[in-house]
Amino acid sequence: MSIWEYANPKKFMATTTPVIPWVSWASFGLILVGLGWGLFLTPAAENFEHSVKILFVHVPSVLMAINAWFMMLVTSLIWLVRRHHVSALAARAAAPIGAVMTLIGLATGAIWGQPTWGTWWAWEPRLTSFLILFLFYLGYIALWSAIEDQDTAADLTSVLCIVGSVFAVLSRYAAIFWGQGLHQSATFSADKETNIDPSFWWPAVLSMGGFVLFFIALVLIRTNALIRLRRAMALEARANRGAS
Amino acid sequence: MIALLIRDLRLAVRAGGGFGLGLAFFLIVVVLVPFGVGPEREILTRIAPGILWVAALLAALLSLDRIFALDHEDGSLALLATSPLPLEGAALMKALAHWLTTGLPLTLAAPALGFLLHLAPEAYGYLFLSLALGTPALSMIGTFGAALTVGIKRGGLLMSLLVLPLYVPTLIFGAEAVRRGAEGLATAVPLTMLAGITAGAFALLPFASAAALRVNLR
Repeated sequence: MSIWEYANPKKFMATTTPVIPWVSWASFGLILVGLGWGLFLTPAAENFEHSVKILFVHVPSVLMAINAWFMMLVTSLIWLVRRHHVSALAARAAAPIGAVMTLIGLATGAIWGQPTWGTWWAWEPRLTSFLILFLFYLGYIALWSAIEDQDTAADLTSVLCIVGSVFAVLSRYAAIFWGQGLHQSATFSADKETNIDPSFWWPAVLSMGGFVLFFIALVLIRTNALIRLRRAMALEARANRGAS
Repeated sequence: MIALLIRDLRLAVRAGGGFGLGLAFFLIVVVLVPFGVGPEREILTRIAPGILWVAALLAALLSLDRIFALDHEDGSLALLATSPLPLEGAALMKALAHWLTTGLPLTLAAPALGFLLHLAPEAYGYLFLSLALGTPALSMIGTFGAALTVGIKRGGLLMSLLVLPLYVPTLIFGAEAVRRGAEGLATAVPLTMLAGITAGAFALLPFASAAALRVNLR
């Protein structure tokens, strides 16, 4: 019994299909409680007033936007090393979700920035590197859809994902050269006791957990759909060969 | 390896090779900018480092699809793949040839174009130095992008989408070095970072390019 058994598409689908509803409902519940608590039951923070509450959407989406790329990196490496198709398809499934999460992060950031910084957008390190991450997602998705042969596409996008991760990290540090910005540093991972009021901590954690499960559920659903699509394409090719 | 380099250089210089096209493009972009933003001296002086770097980057991008596309069409790429020379070496030489035919002329021409944009006098040395350090990275990253998209028909636009985000760190450090040079600040950090990007790209990307080429030739 090893984890690689789940690389078998049939086994993967048989295992994940019953799990998907559970994960989906759990994420729905967590997001509902987290956002409900966060939006309606927390006090307005000083300096921020009620605009602070967008953090319950902003922080989890940003978290997932970055971790989706990490997940794609891991699955791409698994594909390159062990040639498991499910792994390549999972990376493909995660890319659009990551792109949308990045977009949500940028949009909520802009909406939050307007009342607090007085601007929708600023060319400062965190925002800039995030915009570049979004471009990386776009390039990755475009490369997947441009190549007809699925194995070739999986190989090339995996290589792009690995190189892209290096440059994404590099862009992050390069952007710092544009000057120190408005955005605060990672408040949630570092010294949370001093920076965050406990009344914000729990709803934020709940909605982050909800977003993580939401992402997992979406990736599982999309991976299953892509496996089915692959099968349908194989059947169609076989039918065409039989007819001609 | 040397033979391959010389062959690529000859092909580039001869008629239809597109040598000088990038340079002409560089010139025309730099000439267009004053029409766009107006001829005021102060504004041009301030934006000159960024404009020159962006223009150089676009000029390098323009000629990228030539790196592998023609060789792929006439089959010499497959020949290269079966030759005793490792494909990594071939990718490295291709990048070097691309740099010698676009990056180097751009670097040499950039100070002359700096006059057109009223670049601050202190910045000329840094412009030359930063382009000399940075354009090899542009060629190597571009070779990787060309290797990824060599099998795709009309992949030029896709390649721009893939390559331009990879160019961002090079652009930031390059333009920053010139800007700091113009203002008389310390330039050691961006310049060393630029050299680091170039060294890292040349160390790692030949392997990625060769992997992509092998997939595309399969």
